[in-house]
Amino acid sequence: MPLLSVMQLSRYFGGLAALSDVTFDLHKGEILGLIGPNGAGKTTLFNVINGFHQPSKGKVVFKGKNISRIRTHKICALGLARTFQVVKPLRRMTVLDNVVASAFLRAGNKAEATRKALEVLEFTGLRDDGDTLSKGLPLGKRKRLEIARALATEPELLLLDESFAGLNPTELNESIGIVGRIKERGITMMVIEHHMKVIMSISDRIIVLNYGEKIAEGTPGEIGHNPLVITAYLGETENASG
Amino acid sequence: MKRYLPFVILTFLVLLPLAGLSTYAMHILILVIMWSVIGMAWNLLGGYCGQVSFGHAAFFGVGAYTSGILYQKLGISAWWGIPLSIIVVAAFALVIGFICLRLRGPFFALATLAVGVILRVSAENLTGLTQGDLGIMIRTRTWVGKTWYFYIILALAAVTFFLVRKTIDSKLGYYFVAIREDQDAAESLGIPATLYKTIALCISGVLTGMAGAFYMNYMGYIDPKVVFALHDISIVTIMVVMVGGAATYWGPIIGSVIMVLLAELIRSIPVLGVAYQTLFGILLIVIIIFLPNGIAGDWPKLKRLFGLRGAS
Repeated sequence: MPLLSVMQLSRYFGGLAALSDVTFDLHKGEILGLIGPNGAGKTTLFNVINGFHQPSKGKVVFKGKNISRIRTHKICALGLARTFQVVKPLRRMTVLDNVVASAFLRAGNKAEATRKALEVLEFTGLRDDGDTLSKGLPLGKRKRLEIARALATEPELLLLDESFAGLNPTELNESIGIVGRIKERGITMMVIEHHMKVIMSISDRIIVLNYGEKIAEGTPGEIGHNPLVITAYLGETENASG
Repeated sequence: MKRYLPFVILTFLVLLPLAGLSTYAMHILILVIMWSVIGMAWNLLGGYCGQVSFGHAAFFGVGAYTSGILYQKLGISAWWGIPLSIIVVAAFALVIGFICLRLRGPFFALATLAVGVILRVSAENLTGLTQGDLGIMIRTRTWVGKTWYFYIILALAAVTFFLVRKTIDSKLGYYFVAIREDQDAAESLGIPATLYKTIALCISGVLTGMAGAFYMNYMGYIDPKVVFALHDISIVTIMVVMVGGAATYWGPIIGSVIMVLLAELIRSIPVLGVAYQTLFGILLIVIIIFLPNGIAGDWPKLKRLFGLRGAS
């Protein structure tokens, strides 16, 4: 049984189909890349899976349970966490408190939540920034704080929405390292990313959205050579697949 | 030292009536303490959980009327209103929360503003229950002196202070602040925002209601215009917290000292008349511009301003 199944999922905003008839499965332990041009519906897909929006048609099944009509916080409690493309740090809380707040989901008391939070900060390399107010963090670290916060809820499935965008090369390498270590922990991931090198190197499989429709699915190698994808996304020039 | 500050202040206040203060001084003290209870209660909801209520007079009034109606209709001591208001106001807050907490930010604020007004108008017109504009008067006061009233409100304030601190330091507090900072992020971290906002509203409402029940007993007279007052209760509550410092433990207490003393001071200037309200307005504008985090929140800034950088 797949960990997550998205079945014939459509979401309309008025007359606009942000997603239409999207179907795919996600298996345990996998990293699934999600790419597509701006406005292709990638974040909308996350918003529907995560319960911010309800599907107009179709359903989302997580661990065998239909979660299409379940509220966001319950979906998180089931073990599905996400990060945001436009980072949403709890600005007037310290980095540590940000993570403690989400660790409380699986912790009985403050001591336990703090212990878990420190562990996650260590894991994501944010330990030294624990006492900084999160509004004072540079973007690269805010992106990592998003990941840390999501991890603190101890998810089985983690949705990363452009966690690599806007990072400098050093930060990029650190974040790629973190994703690798998350995978080693057995956490399944779905990753939206524009950075081609990153997505091609970390994903086991990739699906491509364009105008709300899934136009391709396959291994990074297959996707890189798929003419539909090259036309829609990578552009029409010869050297774009590199 | 800082850890013991609440206990030092509490001990000082407990011993204070022994100094033989004048009735007027005791009255002012009681008002200050009562307002700090309301301020701390509002702060829990507005300061920590970020749900700004413009209608806390509703809770204050419901508490006061719970006490008053007990006395008036059932002939029971109005003091029973304090424990009973916990149940009544909690039930009331649940209803209000169910309706208003689906709204966010300014829409919630406007809805609570409406609730306050609706209750005032209802209390004016439900004459069978509330005696309308006639108000409710307690004919025989429990005590002539102020000392016991002082101790009762002081006990309520102490309970409120430690309850707020305990709450903020627990899971509840983390969840409240997370909701304030970003409700969407909070929900995606597994925090049931509506539930926790309702909890904040209930605790805040109940504490405010208890202060209202105390007010009935202390003042001996209430009418809808007094206890459901938009300006004199709801707005002053917000000012107490804003002036003192939202989302700080000491802010509401500092704020109520300043607001009560200031109100007494400028009310005693005869030429001003009702214009004293203008001064409040100006004060609020100045505070928002120069000390947006209030006196407690902007304390370091204030210290610098007065050159009190200290030895550190």
